[in-house]
Amino acid sequence: MNPDELLAIAGKVVERAEANEQIEVACSHTRSTSVRVYDREVESFTSAENLAIGVRVLIDGREGFASAGSLNPDVVEQTLAEARDNAEYSQADEFAGVARPDGVEAVEISLWRPGVDATPTEDKIAIALQLEERVRAADDRITGVRTAAYGDSVGAFALASTTGIEATNLGTSASAMIQPLAQDGDRAQIGFGWDGARDPNDLDLDLIVDRAVSRTVDLLGATKPDSATVDLVLDPYLAATVIGLVAGTLSGERVLKGRSPFADRVGEAVGSPLLSFLDDPTDPASLGADSHDGEGLACRPVPLVTDGVLEGFFHDSYTGRRSGTGSTGSAVRGARSLPGPGIHALAVRPDSGDLEEFIAGVDLGVLVFSLDGLHSGVNPVSGDFSVGASGRMIRNGEVAEPINECTVASTLQRLLLDIARIGADLTHLPSGVSTPSLVIGGVALSGA
Amino acid sequence: MTSVDPLLETDLVERVLSVALDRGADFAEVFAEDVERSSALLDDGRIESLSSDRDRGVGIRVVAGQSTGFAHTSNLSEHGLIAAAQAAAAAARGPGDGATRTVDFGADRPSVEAAAIRIRPGEIDKGTKVGLLMQANEAARATDAAISQVSARYGDNRRRILVANSDGVLAGDDQSRTLFSVGCVASGDTGLQTGYETIGLSIGFELFDRYDVEELARKAARRALTKLEARPAPSGTLPVVIGPGSGGVLFHEACGHGLEADLVRKGASTFAGRVGQQVASPLVTLVDDGTMDDEWGRFTIDDEGHPATRNVLIEDGVLVDYMWDGLRARTEGRSSSGNGRRQSYRHLPMVRMTNTYLAPGQSDPDDIIAGVDHGVYVAKLGGGQVNTASGDFTFGMVEAYMIEHGQLTSPIRDGQLIGNGPQALLDIEAVGNDFAMGSPGTCGKDGQGVPVGDGVPTLMVKALTIGGTAS
Repeated sequence: MNPDELLAIAGKVVERAEANEQIEVACSHTRSTSVRVYDREVESFTSAENLAIGVRVLIDGREGFASAGSLNPDVVEQTLAEARDNAEYSQADEFAGVARPDGVEAVEISLWRPGVDATPTEDKIAIALQLEERVRAADDRITGVRTAAYGDSVGAFALASTTGIEATNLGTSASAMIQPLAQDGDRAQIGFGWDGARDPNDLDLDLIVDRAVSRTVDLLGATKPDSATVDLVLDPYLAATVIGLVAGTLSGERVLKGRSPFADRVGEAVGSPLLSFLDDPTDPASLGADSHDGEGLACRPVPLVTDGVLEGFFHDSYTGRRSGTGSTGSAVRGARSLPGPGIHALAVRPDSGDLEEFIAGVDLGVLVFSLDGLHSGVNPVSGDFSVGASGRMIRNGEVAEPINECTVASTLQRLLLDIARIGADLTHLPSGVSTPSLVIGGVALSGA
Repeated sequence: MTSVDPLLETDLVERVLSVALDRGADFAEVFAEDVERSSALLDDGRIESLSSDRDRGVGIRVVAGQSTGFAHTSNLSEHGLIAAAQAAAAAARGPGDGATRTVDFGADRPSVEAAAIRIRPGEIDKGTKVGLLMQANEAARATDAAISQVSARYGDNRRRILVANSDGVLAGDDQSRTLFSVGCVASGDTGLQTGYETIGLSIGFELFDRYDVEELARKAARRALTKLEARPAPSGTLPVVIGPGSGGVLFHEACGHGLEADLVRKGASTFAGRVGQQVASPLVTLVDDGTMDDEWGRFTIDDEGHPATRNVLIEDGVLVDYMWDGLRARTEGRSSSGNGRRQSYRHLPMVRMTNTYLAPGQSDPDDIIAGVDHGVYVAKLGGGQVNTASGDFTFGMVEAYMIEHGQLTSPIRDGQLIGNGPQALLDIEAVGNDFAMGSPGTCGKDGQGVPVGDGVPTLMVKALTIGGTAS
């Protein structure tokens, strides 16, 4: 189904609103392909089509939501009835409600590319097979591949509401990944390389292969390091992870509900003066770019930290009304979930230097390959940060021995203040984050 | 055995399987699913919203040689199912055995042995569910003035499945789960701290006859309050005593994933080729049991139609067997262990855990703590993660205390515990004679989440690395 057909379905439900009701309907249709290869053969090939509807109803400020994985007329009917029934049991809030158009003009950004539909199935399979072949051939120490995969999708989305909002979107995406294995005594090291783009022709297979192979073989012989205080050197992928965790605590919802360690700190220096970041979905170079947010408002740049000073928070329409600032166009959602404030396209302002220069400037540090256990090791309320790590030690400006089975610990608050360098090597990552490399000083490394 | 209406008529299933097989595949399967979920959320002192979700569909899998083709649809008409069967058959790329075959279930209807659900959540007034949330909120806030924020969530789901395949399997299951969780924030001079508690079982609304939501809320509140007084976690390698219940996460990560046959086969597990060997301390007997009454990871049949099974994985430290799904078992010429599970009809099944637990031992839990001079006692663990290839795992401490001279002393802040699975199993020096199941969990693997349970008695590991900031 195309976005206009979805919008027609959504619009028909919206028309059913009673005088005391607000209704918002999201519909989506996704077609996707995924291929996994193993040992030079196609292990599985999936072709999939997903339909979804989500209906949000507010009756006198009380909110109910219902969703379903089908757009059949009887299912749509039941979903509306269920959302209305749910609204009867929630409690009213003067700030609750669907978004109202706020006059901000949406930037036209096309998220659709022809390649997903134009590429023959056999060529898509060949991408995964080729990745496996190239990784196996790249280095004698690669002993196997756990998974090589290619996936793509075409997604259509439409949103309509009783406040007159109508937004549609048609986007494509493609990704490829590989996990090589290298035997290492009685254990193995596993690496990971991936890339994502709007068009399969824009996938950088060289990058995937290089990264996957180096991240595997460069860990061979890794041992547990001694505990120490170290500088962390983070390439753009890992910088994105750390800054992403911090940015998540700047959600208007967390702030209003007393769950952000940065709640009362607007206007204060919360980070190194080198640090500036914002959410900028209007930058077409970012893979997180979008013209509309999950409530149909125009996406816009949202400054968060400038020269180390906290500028503000990101909001959806509810948290924007309640905090008095208005929505920042930051609602994120799938058709089957309620919208809430989120980050679309986090962007860190580049400064100077690159990874090589950073390594050369560190006396005792870790060049980080992976940070593990983020979901259990980072507490976004208290800010406590303690995660598993692997990588290479840096000694006197040189990359030294591989390490694993260790943790790095600090707090999210400290990490921002301890940023010592921000690179000029801005990278637009497939996750939608755009960031250069970073150095963070004074982090506790726990090992033996 | 309860008779319920099957999701698809048997003769329709036969026709769809015939289409799936008509390119000469080795195996074909129809998996139909109908899931109803409902939830209610209280946050910031108010019932914020109630949500419901309905999802029905069919996934069709066709295996030819080593290659699997898969397609799914939410269009349950004969036309929709046949189209999906054709897509799956075309997608299976390996050389099948070329034989054409038909599937005939005769006059059978699938048997569905549903768990005994006493009170269907769908029959309970939504106002009653909302009332539980408000009770929990009030109880948590009444615990102490420092409790500055409370959220509580109620959720239930009913999942009906039907599995039919070209080996003649025709079976169904009717699974229900009910969940309640409370999260508290405490504010003090040291900043904000959090405490969570969750209960969940594969039963209906009778969950609340067994558990008191107010008590649950007070427990979550006390956990947050305790941490306001906590000092930074130590940094380095220390003996660790893990309390009963949530420590099951240790085994789930330290060896459970490494015993999944799909990872073993690909050389992505440190336990490959080690059946019959001593892989753990002789105190360790580890079981994965999909039959455990009422537990979160329980079911009657797995998502490939195989009956849930109790499987001893490690006995007295010796590796007995891996966990298997149908595809891997087929390749090895053995039977599945009932561990073939999938997130939904949109996903291919793979090897997954169910309820994984360490059998109780002989030691008195107090004696285990008394035997540690300087170490950490973990009362509750959060989630974890493992690299099955290297065996390195991490998991988070969400309630922990120092042990000094055999006594529990000050609480410590959240931090990560890490270790290496094969080493940690050998380093288990004491196993208590107590036992508890932990909180209901969702295990993620290759992008799919499934409900799992785990449990342990009190146990002591000689050395784990604690990822704190205090030297």
